[in-house]
Amino acid sequence: MPLEPAITDIELLKDRPAVAKMLSWRPEALHAAKWDRNELTLWVDRHALRETCQALKDDPSTSFNFLSDVTCVDWFPSEPRFEVVYSLLSFARKDRVRLKVRLDGADGVIDSLTPIWPGANPFEREVFDLFGIRFQGHPFLRRIMMPDDWSGHPLRKDYPVEGYR
Amino acid sequence: MPKYDILPTVETIGDDRTMVLNMGPQHPSTHGVLRLLLEIDGETIVRIRPDIGYLHTGIEKTYEAKFYQQCVTLADRMDYLAPFTNELGFVLAVEKLLGLEVPPRAVWMRVLLNELTRINSHLVWLGTHAMDIGALTVFLYCFREREELLKIFEAVGGQRMFNSYFRVGGLAMDAPLGWFERVRGFLKTFPEKVDEYEGLLTGNPIWQERTKGVAVISAEDVVLLGGSGPNLRASGIDLDLRRDMPYCGYEKFKFGVPLHKDGDVWARYVVRVQELRESQKICMQALDGMPEGPVKADAPKVVLPDREKMKTQMESLIYHFKIVTEGFTVPAGEVYQAVESPRGELGFYIVSDGTAKPYRVHVRAPSFANLTMLPTMCEGRLIADVVAAIGSIDIVLGDVDR
Repeated sequence: MPLEPAITDIELLKDRPAVAKMLSWRPEALHAAKWDRNELTLWVDRHALRETCQALKDDPSTSFNFLSDVTCVDWFPSEPRFEVVYSLLSFARKDRVRLKVRLDGADGVIDSLTPIWPGANPFEREVFDLFGIRFQGHPFLRRIMMPDDWSGHPLRKDYPVEGYR
Repeated sequence: MPKYDILPTVETIGDDRTMVLNMGPQHPSTHGVLRLLLEIDGETIVRIRPDIGYLHTGIEKTYEAKFYQQCVTLADRMDYLAPFTNELGFVLAVEKLLGLEVPPRAVWMRVLLNELTRINSHLVWLGTHAMDIGALTVFLYCFREREELLKIFEAVGGQRMFNSYFRVGGLAMDAPLGWFERVRGFLKTFPEKVDEYEGLLTGNPIWQERTKGVAVISAEDVVLLGGSGPNLRASGIDLDLRRDMPYCGYEKFKFGVPLHKDGDVWARYVVRVQELRESQKICMQALDGMPEGPVKADAPKVVLPDREKMKTQMESLIYHFKIVTEGFTVPAGEVYQAVESPRGELGFYIVSDGTAKPYRVHVRAPSFANLTMLPTMCEGRLIADVVAAIGSIDIVLGDVDR
């Protein structure tokens, strides 16, 4: 299976249920889309994230009812520095979609998904702990992996793998 | 559903009626270094919160400093009871990034080893879970079979536990002479062994009393809390990634997906014991249909050449030198590869920036997500049920903390 070039044109991807839903529901919240290696990625506006997830979950044509994963990628030193990554899974359609939100390094704040999926709680705590992203509306945003009195966020790219900071 | 908003400590509860009990990190029934904070009213649990991170070794950070071929060994060390499954998830993700096809013999070997790992992992779960609840004999029986499995793994990969046998592009080497007969010998007698375990537990009234109706969780709650694998199926949701989103050639195998609707400790026990039997069937199919041929893909820039070739051919020697010293580059991009581990959905999210080291690796650990279900299962019940509930979720702390 040789690699095919990624499709980034939203027009070509509008047959995908998640893209179709976004275009009919709130096109301005969808910043970009990518179809690469049989996986769909959508870049979503940071202020529309929670409503987007709710819409993708409730609509029977998408029915992304399961939050598989929450994580983050640090693109230091370029800006916007952080990309928070959400993997959604639909049990009914056996389909996945990846939502991404870009955040500036100086303003790493985003809405928490815990009101929709309580299971997002530990994942968001992990991202907070290791990247320093703050989730608004999270009931218990405390460090989860590192000790409570730790300073710094180890998975950031300006944090060394070994030795002292 | 509990809101998960405080960690009950003496300072935070501020109520004279209840007290705080600290369970762990060193506690035999937590299967590792899990600390539980319990707020209790007599014997009844008001709140229970897991406090994790005692085994955090920063594996995701370490990944960013290693070549892709070195990363396989790290994958073993997360879920140490199912090392082959972790390796499989990692190599499948990298192969997806590379667009690399693996020869059929390697695919079938991977399925075979992956299912043997599932049996291995479920045996440890059954033994320790039964021991927690008080049935000591089952543990000895399970570890008798597990010992033979570990010897089988040692024969093929050189090590009992952290095998590092899968490679990007195939396997390290072919199975040794007589290995398949040994596996077949084990699998032939295995269903009788499962009957033995069931004979000790299933009809046992004490076992039923301790498990039926204990730590119940509804299907809706499991989905909202991110539970997966046998925990999901024990609550009646029919989802198995091997069947529904096939990877690594699973679509060629015929197997059943055990289901139960009760969502209690008993249901999870029944589902996992049935899975032991189904895994045995998959292994038998893999043995019967094992294709001949190479176990490494024909991709000299990615796969290390055979020793013999390396010593006789200049080309192979150069490729060998380059892979070992510089690693192999992976085209830029990102993938999320999920596999059905014995504990649930194990996902590898890998971002490549086109170099020989991954830019970011994130592991969606099934135990980490499954542990979120514990408060919903236990609150309002007795302390003795906590031990049964933890055992029934089947967590591995190496997987939780990474």
